[in-house]
Amino acid sequence: MFAQQLINALSLGSVYALFALGFTLIFGVLGVINLAHGAVFMVGAYAALQAVVLAELPIWAALVIAFIISGLVGLAIDILVLSPLRKRDAPHLIPMIATIGVAIMLNSAAQGLFGADTLRFPPGVVPDGSIEAGGLHITAVEIGIIALTIVIMVVLLLGLRRTSIGKALRAVAESPRAAALLGIDVEGLFRKTSFVAAALGGVAGVLISLYANAVYPLMGQPMLHKGIAVIILGGMGDIRGALIGGLFLGFAEVFAVAYIGSTMRDAVAFGLLFLILLVRPTGLFGKANERKA
Amino acid sequence: MLELTSISKSFGGLKVLDDVNLTVPQGSIFGLIGPNGAGKTTVFNLITGLIPPTSGTITFDGADLAGLPPHRITRLGIARTFQNIRIFKEMSLLENVLVGRHRHIDYGVISMLFSLPDYRAQEAAARTRAYELLDWVGLGGKAHEIADTLSYGEQRRLEIARALATEPHLLLLDEPVAGMNPAEKTELMKAVRAINERGYTVFLIEHDMRFVMGLCEQVAVLNFGRIITCDKPEAVRNNPDVIEAYLGRDDDANTRERA
Amino acid sequence: MDAFLLWFDEFWAVYSNLVLTLGINALLALSIWLTLACGVLALANAAFMGIGAYAGALATLNYDSPFALSIGVAMVAPSLVALAIGLPVLRLGGVYLAMATLGFGEVVRVVILNTESITGGALGLNGIPQYTQWWHVLLALVIVIFVLARLHRSKTGRAFEAIKVDETAASLMGVDLRANKLLAFVLGAAIAGLAGALNAHLTFFIGPQEYGFDRGVEILTMAILGGVTSIIGPIIGAVFLTLLPELLRGLADFRLIVNGFILVAVVLFLPNGLWDPARFRRWFGSGR
Repeated sequence: MFAQQLINALSLGSVYALFALGFTLIFGVLGVINLAHGAVFMVGAYAALQAVVLAELPIWAALVIAFIISGLVGLAIDILVLSPLRKRDAPHLIPMIATIGVAIMLNSAAQGLFGADTLRFPPGVVPDGSIEAGGLHITAVEIGIIALTIVIMVVLLLGLRRTSIGKALRAVAESPRAAALLGIDVEGLFRKTSFVAAALGGVAGVLISLYANAVYPLMGQPMLHKGIAVIILGGMGDIRGALIGGLFLGFAEVFAVAYIGSTMRDAVAFGLLFLILLVRPTGLFGKANERKA
Repeated sequence: MLELTSISKSFGGLKVLDDVNLTVPQGSIFGLIGPNGAGKTTVFNLITGLIPPTSGTITFDGADLAGLPPHRITRLGIARTFQNIRIFKEMSLLENVLVGRHRHIDYGVISMLFSLPDYRAQEAAARTRAYELLDWVGLGGKAHEIADTLSYGEQRRLEIARALATEPHLLLLDEPVAGMNPAEKTELMKAVRAINERGYTVFLIEHDMRFVMGLCEQVAVLNFGRIITCDKPEAVRNNPDVIEAYLGRDDDANTRERA
Repeated sequence: MDAFLLWFDEFWAVYSNLVLTLGINALLALSIWLTLACGVLALANAAFMGIGAYAGALATLNYDSPFALSIGVAMVAPSLVALAIGLPVLRLGGVYLAMATLGFGEVVRVVILNTESITGGALGLNGIPQYTQWWHVLLALVIVIFVLARLHRSKTGRAFEAIKVDETAASLMGVDLRANKLLAFVLGAAIAGLAGALNAHLTFFIGPQEYGFDRGVEILTMAILGGVTSIIGPIIGAVFLTLLPELLRGLADFRLIVNGFILVAVVLFLPNGLWDPARFRRWFGSGR
């Protein structure tokens, strides 16, 4: 029972981490709380569903398509909305409000195009294999989620540490102005970050829609709330923090449901968040240096 | 009136101030000079309670300032200006100065809601005083303009008027002539002297040697977080340690002023 | 005259709910404006509205309290909660404060969900007497606008504005940051609670979902959209955002898209919101 809970927590936590990864990237690099990240997550899920249903593509190809389409949406948000606000040097609240507008647009566009109903992947698309071992039950989807999260995490962390783009990104996260003085193409990096962050959000959307086998227009909203909790837990703008915070939340939720009761599940994320902020104003794993978004 | 006793301040292991002792006598114009990065502004931040000292004590009129939040320290009678002007840009000059009057205006909720005589009298008195202070710094004619539209020198003078509005006994000026042209400097020098003659003690940090030497009765020199001397201006000017600390720093000062 | 009365009756029969919602939304926008006016981005107003709505509705339902008393309870309850969480929460800066208050909102929602015996849980409260008359809303709005306008012009209003522009400079003017922020937070909570009770006694039914994240964002959006530089802004924003979906009704499914688009457009092209005195001054010359 306990080991089974561990596995459930691990897969749930992985999805949270994957979602929060893009969220935290945008905050860390662009300094924007992107409230459209939940909508981008939803776009990824619909893109994969359409790829599977209309084009009858296998699920791995659908994942690639979701990656690209949600990435492009993220890019569009940056070019059309965030970039003009940056040029104007708008106060930090303003880009956040703009992303609320974007989220409303995307969510209602999905509703208009695909209806408000919950859609499901056709049978046979979702790999339904599972492993039974020592009383444990692990589905293929769970394995996929955990593996993919680990791979993406490793690639990102290595990329940030080893590549020149990674170094430039870290410089920009420290101080966009100083980075620009060093000759770094800051705008270009913002674009790339927007693409990658949204693409990762889209992939997370596909994974969770496979996990729950449900795709609906507002599916990103509860995730967005969780994502906020995760990046606060993990420290805002910190990639490892997103992983730790995501897993932490996954474990807290699963064990709260198992040992306290299912109605308390949603209270856990925000109750924790609230308490932690009171004790540690920059998050559980956050560094003391507070960057004002 | 103000006394710093063996004040030290470290930021993450880096010692910015090291065993600083200073006494600012009542009624004087006291100057603190030193090269860039010597820790001058840190001294003001400590006095005004924005940051706590690592060790040492600060007393003002005999009262220990340790642990007091900035607004309490202001209420004890210390006011300051900032090196990088921090006026309330979107407010009018009058409103800026009225904010400084904050703790001197005292009326109840009912008076405020229904504009009772008490409220009107207090607001009127605050305005009268605000106009007067703006006159002191030569901005009386611009009371209703938005602060953002002022020139650099005018903004500095507005900041001084706003600080005076808190009715301090001690006025801290953080590089008051930075970025000013010679004419503005002369004008400000006159203004500061006039303020001092009205009974305010002035403690100023400055980069501009001529300004400090022409104005202050006593000058302390801070270099790498340590006070190297504290004396009359002429004595400081001829002190070999000071000359060494400032050697080759002149152009540095110039670039800062243009910035 | 008779013709007008007849027309008015007809109009009122169709639109009374909309008009009253307009007023209630204006109250909500003003409640968050108060905190924004002193530079505090607190997103707990939806939760305070919910606390007020439940407190007021429960007073009416369980204790048969007169409407005025229910309203009083609905204002006091969230104020007390605001007072309790305000002290620790207001220490936080910027985004962290926003997130903590958002978290608090979710906690409130979950608490309501889990105290079924009192709040009805997910099913909400049904059968709340529809006490709210048009003049209640109007009176509440007039009083709140009056109080806030007077406050805005007083030393407290100046202190708020100073804190918003530059906290450090304000504190060095002798302004007590914590006390002023707490005042704005608690007063904002009371106004949100008032709006919540008026709404609860208008709609017959309340449920926990009405006071969640989306409502919080909507309240914030109304204020920002209208502009926070003066008290008129939030009211304009509330009117605009409440009427917009009605005006776009013809667009059916896609009206929310246009809604979102307009929000983005306003943010992009009207930096200080719809009501921006500085812009008017630029356009029409200096009138100050």
